Amino acid sequence: MRLEPKPAPSLAETLLYPVGAIVATLVIASLLVLAAGASPFSVFALVARGAAGSQFAIVETLTRATPLIFTGLAVAVAFRARLWNIGAEAQLYAGAVITVVLGTGLLPLPSFLLIPLIAIAAMLAGALLLLGPAMLKTRFGVDEVVTTLLLNFVVILFVSMLLEGVLKDPTGLGWPQSQKLIAEARLPRIIQGKRLHYGFVLALVSAVVVWIIMKKTALGFEMRAVGHNPEAAFFAGIPVNRVLAKTALLSGGLAALAGFSEVAGLKGNLTLDLSPGYGYTGIVVAMLAMLNPLGVVAAAIFVAGIFVGADAMSRTAGVPSYIADVMVATALLTMVVAILLSRYRLRWA
Amino acid sequence: MTEALEILFTASFWVAAIRIASPLIFATMGELICERAGVLNLGIEGIMTVGAFAGWFTVYSGGDLWTGVLVAALSGAAFGLLHGTLTVPLGLSQHVVGIGITLLATSLTYFTYRLALPEVTSPPKIEPFQPLPIPGLSKIPILGEALFSQTPLTYLAFLTVAIVAWVLYRTPLGLAVRAAGENPTAVEAQGISVSGIRIGAVMAGSALMAVGGAFLTMSAFNSFFFEMINGRGWICIALVVFGSWRPGKALLGAILFAAFDAYQVRLQQLTGGIVPYQIFLMMPYLLSILALVLVARRATYPKALMIPYQKGER
Repeated sequence: MRLEPKPAPSLAETLLYPVGAIVATLVIASLLVLAAGASPFSVFALVARGAAGSQFAIVETLTRATPLIFTGLAVAVAFRARLWNIGAEAQLYAGAVITVVLGTGLLPLPSFLLIPLIAIAAMLAGALLLLGPAMLKTRFGVDEVVTTLLLNFVVILFVSMLLEGVLKDPTGLGWPQSQKLIAEARLPRIIQGKRLHYGFVLALVSAVVVWIIMKKTALGFEMRAVGHNPEAAFFAGIPVNRVLAKTALLSGGLAALAGFSEVAGLKGNLTLDLSPGYGYTGIVVAMLAMLNPLGVVAAAIFVAGIFVGADAMSRTAGVPSYIADVMVATALLTMVVAILLSRYRLRWA
Repeated sequence: MTEALEILFTASFWVAAIRIASPLIFATMGELICERAGVLNLGIEGIMTVGAFAGWFTVYSGGDLWTGVLVAALSGAAFGLLHGTLTVPLGLSQHVVGIGITLLATSLTYFTYRLALPEVTSPPKIEPFQPLPIPGLSKIPILGEALFSQTPLTYLAFLTVAIVAWVLYRTPLGLAVRAAGENPTAVEAQGISVSGIRIGAVMAGSALMAVGGAFLTMSAFNSFFFEMINGRGWICIALVVFGSWRPGKALLGAILFAAFDAYQVRLQQLTGGIVPYQIFLMMPYLLSILALVLVARRATYPKALMIPYQKGER
């Protein structure tokens, strides 16, 4: 079998490939639904209704999409420069920890000062957390995939230690959870009485900002050049290591905003189940979006819809909600194949 | 302080170290085979999860223990085939595909578990492999006890290292595998298919990873629970680098690592809660990162690692 390059696809064609990947994913998921003894059509209809069939469902999907937009952007930025950041989960928790440290009464400031301050500090924590593995990569040649993966476990244990130690809520009846944020540190809700909060707006703004950085700035150009061919970029005079360090700071900072937004916008405090793997799901989101920052928003809403819809479906149809995780993982694999097929023809020879 | 040192001279400590090392030995050998053929297999964490479940579930459904090991190996090989197909002939990013395989294998396992055992709160136990002391040898103080009073699956782990080393360095097949990871063009020039060698290596390696996972459910914890692999797969990737892609060195690395792990558990009991237990639990992961940094400068990666091969291209 050989791969032959083919001409760049048109925009319409480009959009066809993700659709093809999603169709393939649905076909594979149907087999599992059949194995569970249910009808694929009614199950997928239930998932769709649970994800977007009512105002409640839509609000829930957008709420769930919020952290995924941040982690998806973090991964998209890093992967574009071929910095394999698999540590968005850890960076998310770093952002969440800073949010709790600064937001539970340490700084008696009004909202308009306190919230931006916390957000920036959270980003800084996530940025520095990824700078370590990036430096180990550029200085010592240590593969960042393994170090970022291993750091996920270290950071989650560290958070567990904090929640049973210095950050433990004394009124929490012994549960490992932090104190609640003060009112001034909370992100307001977009609609009174609904869970959707201004973290979602921040996520949309971040996507636009990242899009501008990637498309319109010198840094964005350098990141793409480094990702495309680091040696050529080096010979073209691009400071590859410095670009990778900047990429790490941006990527880590974005992932940390997911933690900030979940704590300050949704939960109000920090527990060990803050993220059900948003960092890892961010990889799928970024790939489905073909690493395009604006595409990340659409992909995050789609993936969030699958999770929210599957939860609702599972309650009525009895198919385990893990079907959502299977679909998301399958979508990642079908998507990389689809991207390949958009660029190459397969020839049997 | 002397208590902390005395631990090192107890047989029970070394027995535990060898037991902890066993699943790591299987999975490290699996990853080593893949990487020697030129393919980084980040599916390892998920494939270990599949193996842990498949072995346990086979026994739970009435199969015998060795059938369980076989089923685990076969399900690992199946995911290896998927990984190999996507990364070798299609040449897709080994990073992205590997993470995808881990996510897919893990979620499929959890889905199947929930489907097969709805509404169980505590996972059912199985009758695991029993220790099989080797007559005579197991009576040698400390060393003999540690090595020769283990379960058959541990003996199989050590045997696997010997077989992997022998095949890699003493057979034409091993030469082809090593060459596929160093200089694939030369392999093709011999009329051997690089794709065939690489896919085969990933399948064999994935089968070993799955058996490593199965060790946990069939020879250590006796039941399957979520997130039980707990990063062991990623640690094995570090162990392969630490062992500079050599089976013998990787084996030593795995035992050294397991000894540290067994030691921290005992140290945790000694310190009696003064130091938060999470500090001890972090050690294995931090140690792996440290090991990577220490060997990074003189690490000699297989030259064609992560480089897809296209016939007729150079």
